[in-house]
Amino acid sequence: MSDSYALEMRQITKRFPGTLANDRVDFTAREGEIHALLGENGAGKSTLMNVLTGLYHPDEGEIYINGRRFRFNSPGDAIAAGVGMVHQHFMLVPNQTVAENVILGLRDVPFRLNGRRIEENVQAISEQYGLPIDPRAKIWQLSVGEQQRVEIIKVLYRGAQILILDEPTAVLTPQETQGFFATLDEMRRQGKTIIFISHKLDEVLSIADRITVLRHGANVATVDAAGMTKPELASLMVGRPVLFHIDKPECKPGEPRLLLDGISALDNKGLTALNRLSLTVRSGEIVGVAGVAGNGQRELAEVICGLRATTGGVIDIGQNNVADAPPIVVINAGVAYVPEDRGAVGTAPNLSVAENMALKAYRKPPIGSGLFMDRRLMREQAAELIKRFDISTPGPLTPVRKLSGGNLQKVILAREISSNPRVIIAAYPTRGLDIGATENVRNILVDERSNGTAILLISEDLDEIFALSDRIAVLYEGEVAGVVPGEQADRDAVGLMMAGETPEAETAPAVTTPHTEAAPS
Amino acid sequence: MTAQSRPRTSRIRFERVQEQPRWLMFVSPIILIGAALLVGALLLSLTGANPWFVYQRMAQAAFGDRYGWSDTTIKATPLILAGLGVSIAFRMRLWNIGAEGQLYIGAFCATGVALHLFSPETPAWLMLTAMAIAGFLGGAFWGFIPGVLKAKLNVNEIITTLMLNYVAIFWNNYFIYGPWSERGFGLTPQFPRNAWLPRFTDFGAAVPSFRGLTMHAGIFLALIVALILWVVWRRTKWGFEVSIIGDNPQAARYAGVNLARKIMIVMALSGGLAGLAGMAEVSGVVHRLQERFSPGYGFTAIIVAWLAKLNPLALIVVAYLFAGLLVGGDVIQPAGIAQLLQGVILFVVVGGEMMLRYRIRIERS
Repeated sequence: MSDSYALEMRQITKRFPGTLANDRVDFTAREGEIHALLGENGAGKSTLMNVLTGLYHPDEGEIYINGRRFRFNSPGDAIAAGVGMVHQHFMLVPNQTVAENVILGLRDVPFRLNGRRIEENVQAISEQYGLPIDPRAKIWQLSVGEQQRVEIIKVLYRGAQILILDEPTAVLTPQETQGFFATLDEMRRQGKTIIFISHKLDEVLSIADRITVLRHGANVATVDAAGMTKPELASLMVGRPVLFHIDKPECKPGEPRLLLDGISALDNKGLTALNRLSLTVRSGEIVGVAGVAGNGQRELAEVICGLRATTGGVIDIGQNNVADAPPIVVINAGVAYVPEDRGAVGTAPNLSVAENMALKAYRKPPIGSGLFMDRRLMREQAAELIKRFDISTPGPLTPVRKLSGGNLQKVILAREISSNPRVIIAAYPTRGLDIGATENVRNILVDERSNGTAILLISEDLDEIFALSDRIAVLYEGEVAGVVPGEQADRDAVGLMMAGETPEAETAPAVTTPHTEAAPS
Repeated sequence: MTAQSRPRTSRIRFERVQEQPRWLMFVSPIILIGAALLVGALLLSLTGANPWFVYQRMAQAAFGDRYGWSDTTIKATPLILAGLGVSIAFRMRLWNIGAEGQLYIGAFCATGVALHLFSPETPAWLMLTAMAIAGFLGGAFWGFIPGVLKAKLNVNEIITTLMLNYVAIFWNNYFIYGPWSERGFGLTPQFPRNAWLPRFTDFGAAVPSFRGLTMHAGIFLALIVALILWVVWRRTKWGFEVSIIGDNPQAARYAGVNLARKIMIVMALSGGLAGLAGMAEVSGVVHRLQERFSPGYGFTAIIVAWLAKLNPLALIVVAYLFAGLLVGGDVIQPAGIAQLLQGVILFVVVGGEMMLRYRIRIERS
């Protein structure tokens, strides 16, 4: 056992019924190091980190921190040993202040809270690591990026020396990401050990010192980041060479198929989410919607699909105004929707793959006829779709909750695309998918575009937006801040618009007003 | 904490069993009822009785001869109908626990038709059809009220259905002690003969072995409804929509199902079948409306539906088991023991269900 490692995990093995989630994994991290953990979904990253944070008990293997052997029986033990994790989904109480959230769950808090002392401590940490935050602000007042700072401060307040960050940049704008990386740098300089989980290879290469790649539960490589390239990393993760280039035939836009004119809507809290938004999507083109999460993306998709009431405006999908029409009208008009939340909205978890694939098709022939539906045909069609979309499932009768995220997404795509839609609304179609599945989903979308479908692509992944979109609409506070042609799009300009700043190029021809070609009645 | 500094501890964990084999689904109710009877036997022996003798007598009374089967069928009929009713709502995760009230209102409406709306000379087929329709509609209305409240205002249906039970029972009491009362007793006059559902014994002249069998035609109605529902769940679009909503209402909405309408229809159908149970009970068994004519069929129906895992055909079997327990319970003294047994069975079955779904692990560190 070497003393130079802040963390040493040796020969960690964790089995679940039917799977070997971690197979004799060695993982080490030094003091003052940013160590990236890469791997496809199901490669065992989460399991390894859950072992490290005391959520799981490894079947075999040992954990050493600063050379001392630890056995964690609960997350509390891991925290006491200086291991802290910032989860992808924040666990904050919206109505409480930053300081209150920071001390929430601490064991040794006195019965009578000394508010000012806590606030001072929070302030001190925030200054020490460059995490500007007002300790008295309520969580709901904060942006996503600020909330993330609170999560990090929470972990630091508990004295963490080893920080695990699970896909921390997924929720940030490019500019916020830069600021976040500066914070990571500062923490590294002050001797913290940072384990950085990410899917974004560019980021990993730019910030990490070393990189460990897991595949099928095993550590396939631990390498120095310097000198590695993106394709090398990707092929380590996937186990085969990966093409980053998407073959996209030339865009031949046809007639407008989706027209939004002056659409306004409220979010779940009753605040304005969409503010007189106008947008057009034509046949055979992909319009990407870029924006920081929470700027109206969810509401935009829901409004189009009839799942959210509008407070004004017109939606035209080749018929009359369908704003506020029930979802069935929009479905029958040929709008397919790949929803943001696959499990909670897109599928019925305990129903079978076949039933989920027929979630909309059961109404019409050939599956539906009169009052009845033909379940045998439903299964046969599902079997075909499973083959065509290369979905790995034991069979069409397996409940979809047993499928991995990527396969679940393919079930949704198979269902939506097999309906031969005129318009596809795809919200975060590759979120959380691994490289292989992502490649697959993107190719499916491009194929659909070639078939003349109009596609509205909502994504937080700028790479994806840039790779797929023929035009890019930037959403900021419920308005289209600008529409940029895909090929000429400038990342920095888009990034600035995402942050609500007007780029100087606004008058330049590259940026058109959102509504040039839309001319609804 | 390091292992060295920590005392050895063990802890008990409940882990959800990932894969539940299919056969277990069918076998588990049998195992569980068997286990329940064992626990019941233990309690019976504590009271000083010989449990095997008690069980034997109960089984004899309920299933021993054709008279036993007839009595059991009489009690199974409302359990099946009301059980099917609640199972419709349960499939959609609507917790209709108001079957008892819906049953009372169904009986009330059928009684209104038999005694006040139609003349006693009405032909039996017309009278009975009208009573069945009235019973169904009455129960449906009683289910529809919480349905509307749920669909339009998102009012918790558990509370409303439960409370409407009391309203229904007191509504009935008002009529049987007041306007419809026979001399101020808690009952109405007897129905005219053509408002009685045909009983087996009515055909005793033609089929001698039917003599003395008081079971009535309601059981055929119950079996037909069960069969229809079986087809609905397996073959129809409507049944598929209910299963989507039951599993994930959000996905159903996303898929274009009109949730609000479905909730109202399902609650009305659910109540309607319970109402039909009430009609069958007054028309086939008591032949009048009277106080407490139902010994809680609407509540037992919930248990029956649940144990049958909402499967309409399994529900028939379970309803017969519970009906047998009711009939068998009549022969043991004191009567409380029979109810105690019912309670034990429910407790063991529901608790055991959880044990089968979870694995207990003791971890030592």
